[in-house]
Amino acid sequence: MPRCTIIKNGRIVDPKNNRDEAADLYILDGKIASKPSNEILDTAEIIDAQGLVVSPGLVDLHVHFRVPGQKHKETIRTGTSAAAAGGFTSVVCMPNTSPAVDNAGTVQLIKDIVDKEGVVNVFPTGTITVGRQGEALAPTGSLSRMGIVAISDGGKCVQNAGLMRRALQYAHMFNVPVIDHCQDYSLSADGVMNEGFVSTKLGLRGIHKAAEDIIVARDITLSTHTGAHIHLQHISSKSAVDIIRRAKARGINVTAEVTPHHLALTDSEVESFNTNFKMNPPLREEEDRIALLEALEDGTIDCIATGHAPHTDYEKDVEFDYAPFGVIGLETALSISLAQLYHSKRLSLLGTLSLLTSRPAEILKLNKGTLSEGADADVTLFDPEETWTPQFKKFFSKSSNSPWIGRELKGKVKKTLVAGKLVFDGQKILAD
Amino acid sequence: MSWNRKDLITIEELSSEEINTLFETADAFKKVLGRKTAKTPALRGKNVVNLFFENSTRTRVAFEMAAKRLSADVTSLDMKTSSTAKGETLRDTVENIRALAADIIIIRHSAPGSAGYIAKILDIPVLNAGDGAHEHPTQALLDCFTLREKWGDLKGRKIAILGDILYSRVARSNIWAMNKLGAEVTLVGPSTLVPREFERLGAKVSHDLKSALADKDAVMLLRIQHERQNASAFPSLNEYTSMFGLNADRFSWLKKDAIIMHPGPINRGVEIDSDLADSSQSVILEQVTNGLAVRMAALYLCNGGAAEAAIA
Repeated sequence: MPRCTIIKNGRIVDPKNNRDEAADLYILDGKIASKPSNEILDTAEIIDAQGLVVSPGLVDLHVHFRVPGQKHKETIRTGTSAAAAGGFTSVVCMPNTSPAVDNAGTVQLIKDIVDKEGVVNVFPTGTITVGRQGEALAPTGSLSRMGIVAISDGGKCVQNAGLMRRALQYAHMFNVPVIDHCQDYSLSADGVMNEGFVSTKLGLRGIHKAAEDIIVARDITLSTHTGAHIHLQHISSKSAVDIIRRAKARGINVTAEVTPHHLALTDSEVESFNTNFKMNPPLREEEDRIALLEALEDGTIDCIATGHAPHTDYEKDVEFDYAPFGVIGLETALSISLAQLYHSKRLSLLGTLSLLTSRPAEILKLNKGTLSEGADADVTLFDPEETWTPQFKKFFSKSSNSPWIGRELKGKVKKTLVAGKLVFDGQKILAD
Repeated sequence: MSWNRKDLITIEELSSEEINTLFETADAFKKVLGRKTAKTPALRGKNVVNLFFENSTRTRVAFEMAAKRLSADVTSLDMKTSSTAKGETLRDTVENIRALAADIIIIRHSAPGSAGYIAKILDIPVLNAGDGAHEHPTQALLDCFTLREKWGDLKGRKIAILGDILYSRVARSNIWAMNKLGAEVTLVGPSTLVPREFERLGAKVSHDLKSALADKDAVMLLRIQHERQNASAFPSLNEYTSMFGLNADRFSWLKKDAIIMHPGPINRGVEIDSDLADSSQSVILEQVTNGLAVRMAALYLCNGGAAEAAIA
C-alpha cells in the first residue's frame, strides 16, 4: 500500500500552475498526487491546514552553510534546519568554504555530509576560479559532472574581465549558469557601508553603487557576446536595476535576485552602528529600495534569495569597521517578503510566492518549487497573518546575526515537508 | 544644571543647553587653572584610563593633565602595543580594564562608533577622544569655547572650515556644535574631500575659496591627512596648496578681524602659511589651553558633577 498523506482544508497556492484555491493536497510515496482510491485514503495520515497557505516548498538560490571549514558558524545540520524552519525545502549553497569548492572531492564531501545531516535538499555550486583567487579557471566540467548546479566565486567577484569572459564561454559549453557577486573592487575598496549621506555623517567608508553597476554592465556585456547565462546576486542599486531592465528588453540571458533585507531596510539602520546591518552589498537608500520592489513587480529581478550568511555573535560583537559582512536570512525571509510584497498589496500571494518557489527553481533548472502532480512533495504550510518576534540565540541557525532581532514580523511557517516527510512541525525539527 | 549623561560620545546628541552647561563649567575650571595651586579635588580617588589606539599628542596629554588637575589617578595606555595587537577584542580589553577598577575611560580609536560601542558595554563614563572620521566632541567644544570667549556667543556668526573635511572628525563635530550654537558653517575644499552630502548636515559646501571666505568671521583650517589618502583625493600637496592653502592674500578675503583656528597638528606651508599660523589673529594656542578647561569640565560632568565647592 502506498504511503499517503492528505493536507486538508488549506489554501493551495502553486504559482507554477497559477493555482490559488481552497482544496486538499494528496501526497503518495513522497510525490504530489491526484486523489487516490478510498482504500488508500483510509490509511492516510491527515494534516489539517485550516487557515493556512499550502505552498510549494520555498527555494533559495543563495545560502552559505560554511561547510567544510567553518562549523563554528553553521553546519549542514543547523543550516538546513534553519531552512526548514523558514519554509525552504531546497537551497543552493555557495562554494566559498574552506577549502573552496573548486574540485570534485569537495563536492563529494559536501554531498556526503548533506546525505548524513541534511534536513532539506541542498544543491552545491562550484567556484569559477581556483581557490576563488580570480586567476585561473576552476574545472567546471568536472564539477558539473559531480552535480554542481552553477559556478560562482561566492562572495567574491572576478575582477579580470578577460578571465570572466572565458569563464562564461567555458561554462556555457556545459550549460552551467554563472553566478556573480557584482562588485568592482577599485570602487568598493575598504568600504563598510553604502556611500551616501549616512556614511558621510558617520565617518564610515563607503561602497559606491557604481561598484555594482559597472560589473552588472560588464557581465551583461559578456553574456551578450557569449550567450552564457549569468545570474546576478543580491542586486541593491536602482541604477543596476535599470541596466538589467534594458538588458532583458534586449533578450540577454540574464537573471537576477534580491534579498529580503535589501527590500525592507535602508542604510539609515547603520546609524546605530549595529553590525547586524553590515552586509555586502550594503543596505542602500530609499530610492534603491523602492526600485528593487518595482523590479520584482515587473520581472526585472527574477526572484528573492536570502544570501544567508551566518557569523558567530563574537565575530559580530566588534567595532563596525572590523565586523564581517553578512546576515542570516532563511528563517525570516518569508515574513519579510510577505510584508514587502503581499501585505503591502504590491503583489498577490501567487505573485509573491512565485519569487520564492517556481522562479528560483526555473533559473537554475531545479526540478523543484511546484505542487504539480508527480513533483517531489516538498510543501510549506504557513499562516500569513500570525505575528512573531525573532530573538537572539533562538534561531535554528547556529548564528544569530539577524537584523530582525526584536522586531515583530507577520507570517509564520507552521509545517515543512520534504519528499512528503514532515521535517518541521512549527516548533522543532523532525528530521531523524 | 543641564547634564545627565554618563558619557560624552558625540556632539550630535547634545542639546545647546548641555553645551552651554559644559561651557559654564569650563569657565569655572579655567579660573581654577589661573590660580597659584591649579588643582581641585573633584575626581580624587578616581582612576581615569586613557586608551589611545591611534597616535595623539595634544589630546592625550590634555586629557591626562585635565584628569590630574581634578586630582584623579591617571593611567595612559598606548594600545598599539597592547593586548589588542595580539588579537584581543575591544570588548574584552575594556572589560578587563573595568575589572581593574577603572572609573572613567577616555578612548581614541580609528573605528567610527567605537566609543559609543564601549559606552554601551560599560557602566562607567566613557569619553570619546576621537572615533575614526566620526566625531571628536571635546575638540569641537574647545573650538566653540574659544570662539565664545572672543565673541560672547556664536549666534549669527559665519565660519568657514577649510581642508580635508571627508576624513575629519573635527569638522563633523564642529558642524554639529556650531549649528547648535547658532553659527553658519561653510565647508571649503576640493570636491573629492568636501562631498555635497555634508549639506544635509546643515553646512554649506563650496569649492570656490574666494567666495567662501568673503564674509566669514573665522576660518578653521584642517590638516591635510595625506597619510589616509591611499586613493589620492587630489594630485599633490603642491597642487592643494596652490588651490586651497591659506596665505596672506587669501586671508584678506575674510572679514577684517577674522579669527584663524586649527586643531593641529599644523602642516606649515601646506594648508596654512607659517606666518599666518603665528599671527595675532590666530588662536591656535588658545585652543590648546582651553582644551584643558573643557576636558576638565567633560570629565567632571560625566562623573556626575559635584557640589560647586569641588570647583571652587
